[in-house]
Amino acid sequence: MRAPVVPARRSLLPPLLVSVVLLAAAMVAGLLTGAADMPVRGVLLALLDGLPFVSVDSGLAPVERSLLLELRLPRVLTAVAVGGLLAVAGAGYQGVFRNPLADPYLLGAAAGAGLAVTLAVVFLPGEAGTAAIPAAAFAGAVGGVLLAYALGRSAGRGGTATLVLAGVAVMSFLTAVQTFVQQLKVEELQRVYAWILGDLGGSWERLGMIAPYAAVAAVALLLHGRLLDVLSVGDEEAAGLGVHVGRVRLVVLFAASLATAAAVAVSGLIGFVGVVVPHVVRRLAGGSYRMVLPLSLLGGAAFLVAADLVARTVMAPAELPIGVVTAFVGAPFFVAILRATRPVGT
Amino acid sequence: MRPVRLALASALLGILGLAACGQAQDPAPSAPSSASASSAASAFPVTVEAGNGQVTIERRPERIVSLSPTATETLFAIGAGPQVVAVDERSNHPPEAPKTSLSGFKPNVEAIVEYKPDLVVIASDIDDIAAKLSKVNVPVLVEPSATDFDDAYDQILDLGTATGNADRARRLVDEMRRELDRLAAEAPKEKRLSYYHELDVTPYSVTSNTFIGRVYGLFGLVNIADRAPDAAGGYPRLSAEFIAKADPDLIFLATTKCCGQNRDTLAKRPGWSGLSAIKNDRVINLDDDIASRWGPRVVDLARTVSDAVRKAAG
Repeated sequence: MRAPVVPARRSLLPPLLVSVVLLAAAMVAGLLTGAADMPVRGVLLALLDGLPFVSVDSGLAPVERSLLLELRLPRVLTAVAVGGLLAVAGAGYQGVFRNPLADPYLLGAAAGAGLAVTLAVVFLPGEAGTAAIPAAAFAGAVGGVLLAYALGRSAGRGGTATLVLAGVAVMSFLTAVQTFVQQLKVEELQRVYAWILGDLGGSWERLGMIAPYAAVAAVALLLHGRLLDVLSVGDEEAAGLGVHVGRVRLVVLFAASLATAAAVAVSGLIGFVGVVVPHVVRRLAGGSYRMVLPLSLLGGAAFLVAADLVARTVMAPAELPIGVVTAFVGAPFFVAILRATRPVGT
Repeated sequence: MRPVRLALASALLGILGLAACGQAQDPAPSAPSSASASSAASAFPVTVEAGNGQVTIERRPERIVSLSPTATETLFAIGAGPQVVAVDERSNHPPEAPKTSLSGFKPNVEAIVEYKPDLVVIASDIDDIAAKLSKVNVPVLVEPSATDFDDAYDQILDLGTATGNADRARRLVDEMRRELDRLAAEAPKEKRLSYYHELDVTPYSVTSNTFIGRVYGLFGLVNIADRAPDAAGGYPRLSAEFIAKADPDLIFLATTKCCGQNRDTLAKRPGWSGLSAIKNDRVINLDDDIASRWGPRVVDLARTVSDAVRKAAG
């Protein structure tokens, strides 16, 4: 199950260009398609009109214009942010734990967010509860990871295995508390589960709220590609090469958790993106984290925009929960990984 | 673990979606007259056809436990209130119903048996509760969420027969039928007004094939959720973009109690501020409970809809 040892050097540029093109294509498709039919030309002109210093007449009705700029555009951008963050966080976790099945929710981020959202929905009345969900999810995700980390440190000597076990314990514990709280007010079950199934219907306000965390986390992760490559040869060897193993691990874990919390805050729990995308990237472009991290960021964004497009159109004007679509693609992929355990791409 | 939770969540969403409906507008009667009570008592044993098949009740029940808010409302509306000893935690109407901590979602046989019931009514046979209670010789009526008016009337008549209040139940059904017919006849149907019913802020809605959808159907309203494909089910999760583009004439909110929604919160949703229903004050706040039950208070719901439709058409 080990990640490949120092992979062959490949040029980053071609796969990067391909990813950018894929992402751009997915975004354009996402912006042009929706439950409300709008003319392609009008949409493109209205988007152009939205740019600074550009003024063109899109010919869209005011209602259509506001749908495009207040609903569809933030939704596509939310998918970009969430997909990118989850995938790059997943890649970071996989690097730190040297485990291909590590995902962004491994250390209790999901369970912590789930508990916090449940508390908000159950104990805050009406609209206040709904409005508090993003902040609660963010705080809960960060809290869950910190709890797992504190527990792992106190129980072991900083080994990753202890940390994973602490994460499992925290996850079960917080999920149990969540279930208990839910029992207190069973009529709110539907709202909690609607959140768990994931929702990309974002707004500019929410995007703005997570932007600083997302940017810091993504940049921090991208800067650690080379160090994660060194880490993949083993702790002692990496230390021998002059790498401060504990510090690298801590920074990557913190950045990946921050990225996860930002994603969870705006979208609920969306499974599999964080596991699936880094593996696809590895198979197509090689195992070096200098490749895997940036390509996961772009690929995750493109994947989630495309998945959301499916969720929005398959049964339009009804929608599928985004978590159903990603899991539907993700689960068979899991099987494929298990069948071909030997990592490819060296 | 996550896939399991997904499955559970979808199942729960289904249940809650269905469980969303009805209550009685007239207050419970003081007590059944002695004449009707004695004549009813002589009618036993009775057999009714419930959701769990034919159920035979040997004697007139005197210790009824209702784990269904809709059944609770019906029991009190048909004069069976004095026979009810316990109702579940969600049975919040009428106020005099003996509310307990019993749950209709997670029924606990031992907790139910504590009340020494001689009849248990529940909306959904969760955890095989009917079979378990039969083992201790407690008859159970499963009265699942109604899909149409006839189904709802049937359930009221069932409960009337099963509790020895058949006459009252029949009168109630006749009254309901008459009132709904009257409201429907008065409706300005030629306007073909469109509407959106919000069941959940996600937003989930309802199609015309659901019980609540049929209530709106009485008034010749056009449901925007009907444009969702059949595969999306009776309770489709609609696209916010679609709702805004469809720009319904009327918006009915069954999310007022659960989620504090109203015209102002809708106006703050991205892209929705220009909706004509919001601008023209055609957002109607429903009582979440009434809009999610299928008992006698469906008449109250119909009156609310009727008023809104006439105001909008006028």
